[in-house]
Amino acid sequence: MEETRRQFLKQSGVTVLLTGAAALAWDHLLAGEPEKAPNYKMADHWWALALDVEKCIGCGNCVRACKAENDVPLEPFYFRTWVERYHVTEEDPEHPQVDSPNGGYDGFPERYRAGDGSKNFFVPKLCNHCAHSPCVQVCPVGATFETPDGVVLVDKSYCLGCRYCVQACPYGCRFIDPRTQTVDKCSLCYHRITKGLTTACCETCPTGARTLGDLKDPRDPIHEFLSKNKVHVLKPQLATGSKAFYKGLDGTVR
Amino acid sequence: MDMESLLHAVQGFMYPNEIELQWSILIVLYPFITGLVAGAFILASLERVFNVEAVKPTYRLALLTALAFLLVAPLPLQLHLGHPERSFEMYLTPHTTSAMAMFGFVYLWYLMAVLVLEIWLDYRRDIVLLARQSRGWKKTLYRVLALGSDNLSERSLALDDKVGRFITVVGIPSAFLLHGYVGFIFGSIKANPWWSTPLMPIVFLFSAVVSGIALVMLMYMLVSWIRQTALDMRCLDTIARYFLYAFLIDFSLEMLDLVHRIYEADESFKTLDFMVHTKLYTSQVILQIVLGTVIPITLVSLTQLVTMTERARKSLYGISGVLALAGIFAMRWNVVIGGQLFSKSLLGYTTYKMGFATREGLLPAILLLVLPFVLLYVLVRLLPPWPEAAPAKEP
Repeated sequence: MEETRRQFLKQSGVTVLLTGAAALAWDHLLAGEPEKAPNYKMADHWWALALDVEKCIGCGNCVRACKAENDVPLEPFYFRTWVERYHVTEEDPEHPQVDSPNGGYDGFPERYRAGDGSKNFFVPKLCNHCAHSPCVQVCPVGATFETPDGVVLVDKSYCLGCRYCVQACPYGCRFIDPRTQTVDKCSLCYHRITKGLTTACCETCPTGARTLGDLKDPRDPIHEFLSKNKVHVLKPQLATGSKAFYKGLDGTVR
Repeated sequence: MDMESLLHAVQGFMYPNEIELQWSILIVLYPFITGLVAGAFILASLERVFNVEAVKPTYRLALLTALAFLLVAPLPLQLHLGHPERSFEMYLTPHTTSAMAMFGFVYLWYLMAVLVLEIWLDYRRDIVLLARQSRGWKKTLYRVLALGSDNLSERSLALDDKVGRFITVVGIPSAFLLHGYVGFIFGSIKANPWWSTPLMPIVFLFSAVVSGIALVMLMYMLVSWIRQTALDMRCLDTIARYFLYAFLIDFSLEMLDLVHRIYEADESFKTLDFMVHTKLYTSQVILQIVLGTVIPITLVSLTQLVTMTERARKSLYGISGVLALAGIFAMRWNVVIGGQLFSKSLLGYTTYKMGFATREGLLPAILLLVLPFVLLYVLVRLLPPWPEAAPAKEP
């Protein structure tokens, strides 16, 4: 009786302090297991990304947040998301100068001056969560797969580390995690989005240059984004069914 | 590798995850070795199926060479995998849309249903006789190899031959499958413009035939020299002629690919063209095209056009064979490594830095290329491929 009362008080104390969802998470944290998302139905969602090139300021918040949230190796060159800086001159638009120092993790050092007749802009990159993923197609054991809610994930306990998927991704979004010798990539923060949160990169973007959208939710602002803007996907000629929709994407970006 | 030295390797822009190469020299070995297997087998089938009697002296040697190399073929792949212990999952849960998932099945089919069976049927008479005539552990070994068979009647031997012939007929498309499939692994990757061409499987196939024929030709010359036996010049000339035919087809296909790329000049062309003129110049232009293709084709063509002494022909065949093998190794290198030196953004290039005594370095690659010759030595000792070494039937 005493024990039960103590438990009850402890639980209600935690609940009052942390609110419902966080209290649920706290239990799992104590138990050392990932939090479950009992109310999440995969069939009700179809995830996509809305990216606004004109809003990206190259601050690198997204890159840092992603690495911290998802335990991505810091060095040398492993990124689930990164930011590229484009410098396009009028004389030679076919050969843009592109850089992405440390994936934009530390921001970008000042390099180009405004008003010299060139175009300068940042392009946030991450897995496009393609609906016809070339990476998923080639995996010899099916360790990487498309979820019913439109996210490309990897089963690390099953991946052989053959790297065929790394070769097959046209966007350079995959790498081999040197600690596990298995492939790693953006999971669209699946552990967050299934609990009603947004991704770490979208959460920390100060300008709203990237937003997560649910195409199956009629009230989601992504519908307005797609209908009001001219949008483009990367490398459309490869017909990957990319679900990363860019607004204001320059033709020089690959 | 640390970030500083990695950055030095980059020219222009690479997507950050692309800077380190994914497929190393071990993956260069894989198509090289399977190509030798397919080529050696196809040479062996010439005698059996197409009745090219002249190449008979190399029939068994070609089969044993194919087996020795086939046994080594999966090793570079295993060594390369992040989790080799999980590779068996490819048999248990193959992903049907993956070209690579078929590797295990194609490999097993070719090894067990074609090569081992054909060799066994061809050697069954010898194995049974050796089991009867040897003593000690050798007797046990041959009895195991005989798989319980002891019948050497005319009828049973005729049946061996008939079934063996049927297997060779099945084996030719299987050999084509084995290597054409390896080409498909690369040719079907639409993300990579250097790989993505429907010609890839067929270019792989014909270069495989060339390399396999070159290898058996060289092995035949080497073995005859070691054993101090006379070379059958009719056999060698015939092999050289098939070598030339296969090489001409291979070269035409590769040039077709090149001309097509140059003429079409799509968005990837400038990037790839620059790569061929810089990072791949030595291995592609010098080694693969000039030394590895044009020169051997010219030399063997000379032997066809001009009357030469046996000695001169032998030297030219030898030189051409070695050059062709080097050229085809360079071709595999240019496909596998070359395909990873440029960025899929088409805006930059990276460098391949090969380790030496590392897991995927030069040393294991050399060992893996020596291993088939060790296996071949053992196979030749166990199952001598020369007719005079075959055991005589007891009265």
